[in-house]
Amino acid sequence: MRNLSPTLPAIRFLRAGLVAAFAFGFGSAFNPAFSQDSEAASEPTPAEVAAVDEEQEVHDVAHFPIDKPELLNWSFAGVFGRYDQAQLQRGLQVYREICSSCHSLQYVAFRTLAGHGGLGYSEEQVKALAAEYQITAGPNDDGDMYERPGIPSDHFPSPFPNPQAAAVANGGAVPPDLSLMAKARAVSRGPVWTIIDFFTQYQEAGPNYIHALLTGYGQEPPPGVDVPEGTHYNPYFIASASLAMPPPLSDGAVTYSDGSPETVDQYARDVAAFLMWTAEPHLVERKRLGFQVGIFLIVFAGLMYLTKKRVWSKEPH
Amino acid sequence: MEGHSTYQPTNGAAKWLERRLPVIGLVHSSFVAYPTPRNLNYWWTFGAILSFVLVAQIITGIVLAMHYVPAGSMAFNSVEAIMRDVNFGWLLRYLHANGASLFFFAVYIHMFRGMYYGSYKEPREVLWILGVLILLLMIAAAFMGYVLPWGQMSFWAATVITNLFSAIPLVGTAITEWLWGGFSVDSATLNRFYALHYLLPFMIAGVVVLHVWALHVTGQNNPLGIDIKSKKDTVAFTPYATIKDMFATVVFLILLAWMVFYLPNYAGHPDNYIPADPLKTPAHIVPEWYFLPFYAILRAIPNKLAGVIALFSAIAVLFVLPWLDTSRVRSARFRPIYRQFFWIFVIVCIGLGYLGSQPAEGGYVIASRILTAYYFIHFLIILPVIGLIERPKPLPNSISESVLQGSGGGATATTTGSEG
Repeated sequence: MRNLSPTLPAIRFLRAGLVAAFAFGFGSAFNPAFSQDSEAASEPTPAEVAAVDEEQEVHDVAHFPIDKPELLNWSFAGVFGRYDQAQLQRGLQVYREICSSCHSLQYVAFRTLAGHGGLGYSEEQVKALAAEYQITAGPNDDGDMYERPGIPSDHFPSPFPNPQAAAVANGGAVPPDLSLMAKARAVSRGPVWTIIDFFTQYQEAGPNYIHALLTGYGQEPPPGVDVPEGTHYNPYFIASASLAMPPPLSDGAVTYSDGSPETVDQYARDVAAFLMWTAEPHLVERKRLGFQVGIFLIVFAGLMYLTKKRVWSKEPH
Repeated sequence: MEGHSTYQPTNGAAKWLERRLPVIGLVHSSFVAYPTPRNLNYWWTFGAILSFVLVAQIITGIVLAMHYVPAGSMAFNSVEAIMRDVNFGWLLRYLHANGASLFFFAVYIHMFRGMYYGSYKEPREVLWILGVLILLLMIAAAFMGYVLPWGQMSFWAATVITNLFSAIPLVGTAITEWLWGGFSVDSATLNRFYALHYLLPFMIAGVVVLHVWALHVTGQNNPLGIDIKSKKDTVAFTPYATIKDMFATVVFLILLAWMVFYLPNYAGHPDNYIPADPLKTPAHIVPEWYFLPFYAILRAIPNKLAGVIALFSAIAVLFVLPWLDTSRVRSARFRPIYRQFFWIFVIVCIGLGYLGSQPAEGGYVIASRILTAYYFIHFLIILPVIGLIERPKPLPNSISESVLQGSGGGATATTTGSEG
């Protein structure tokens, strides 16, 4: 063992170096001061660059959002998660009465509003709802486009004929399509929570974000945070300190028929749940099948283990 | 080492076929009578798991290909159609996407097992090299597959990675534009990536056949790293290895099911649910988690060309690993110093993965540089040197002796694991 000894200091030295490396790396995760001399690999848009630069210098906020979203209890979370049918219907109402004036829902067909696991409307109700929309169809035999009432196979029509029209009407910012919004936004939870989330099945970052954003308006920007004209301060916005969308909800703006509270908070919860459904319409089916598959696999694995034990019982290994 | 076939066809049809094409005998000698060391632990089941995942990826992939449209204007919409309208399309897509993640998870365990037990050493060098070749093909296949949904991350990952080739002096731009089929990542790029993504798995399957062939010529390594000395050291592949592999595969399927049914987007990036937009760069462009260590190495180097060289070297160095490790003892069980460095190396790889997920700035860059340097030092300095200065523990005389005695060493110390 004598020739081991000269290598031990080398091992210690390497260990110390690696500990330093990890301290640097993880230190950066918690201490924004580390991230001052940034040489970002990507090139954000000029607006984002301006916002980020000012934020970092004046305020020492390296990463958006400024505040993390509140974690809410959702009926669709967890192994036995199910959509709350009444909540989805209220969320659809909020979308139709408020969001739909600017935001499209292009991947959602009216027909999917019927059936189990989701909003649960009857086919007659879906037909009636679709017919309330005017859909541009055609061209007809004369070569002309024409308007006709919607049918269940149509998708929600866009409020604007094209992205350019949407941009002009909204001060240059195109309101994004909302179909996938609940899966397209997630505030980073940091390395530790990311690992814990694997075991707790946290998959509700999207609806939590939507709720936080919709309820996050109306706060005074902290001193030093510059809010450009035509934008609105919101500490939950994922990309900068303020966004072009004005506060869309206000208490009493939508009249519920089921007696639910007519508050911004309730509207935000309902529309966030609805948008989770538009992003993941087969969620309930997925979780139900997953439970069945899981039970099967666990029983199967148990039987395989016993078989394996039996087969190997006479062979030392 | 090749198991001599004890297969005797009993019925007429089998006899008829066996005289003309002894394929049943081949399967019998390879997967039934094939002698496998009796002391293999569960780290050895990942070969079977990987074979299963490859087949599962090909099957789900072929069905997805029936519904997917590889055109810039329709790719994203067709994926959404799969998710919403195709019967169990969501299941197929989540299986395929998470299957890819777990494919890499399993292949990394498989490789670390090979490193820990010295499975790449004489006479298994070619077996190891074929494995690294499979990893290379997997990386290409996974990267191109990630581009297909044509979301923001798909598009920008394709842009970042294809741009690496522009670092090549003189011909870089020409090569990059040739890869793109245009002057930027566009529909033409997507279309060819789709064609290649469909091709590569079958190339992987071909190399897997060679990999298994090489394995069956040299025989499996085992946790003791010593050669098989007699029939007593082995058991027949079927039923012993088969049942163990099947049990491990089912356990692995539980993990896959956990992800597919309850965490289907855990391994993905939210930005990939935003359609590709060439005019809008995401704040942080990150690859899939299984590429993060390599991505950290790429970004650790300030010079683009040098970064690209480091990236490719990180994989290339694996090809020569059998000759960098100078110790003739295979298993880390008998190598007290190497065992420490092995675990340090594992932690460094995980650390690089974490750093790859963070923005390339400040302390992250410094840490990436230290760990990148260590990654190469491990292969180029530590492995050759400790092989020379380390005194291994005594090796047991045979697998059967060790198994019957418990896990202790044998009476006669030998420093070489490759005699006999």
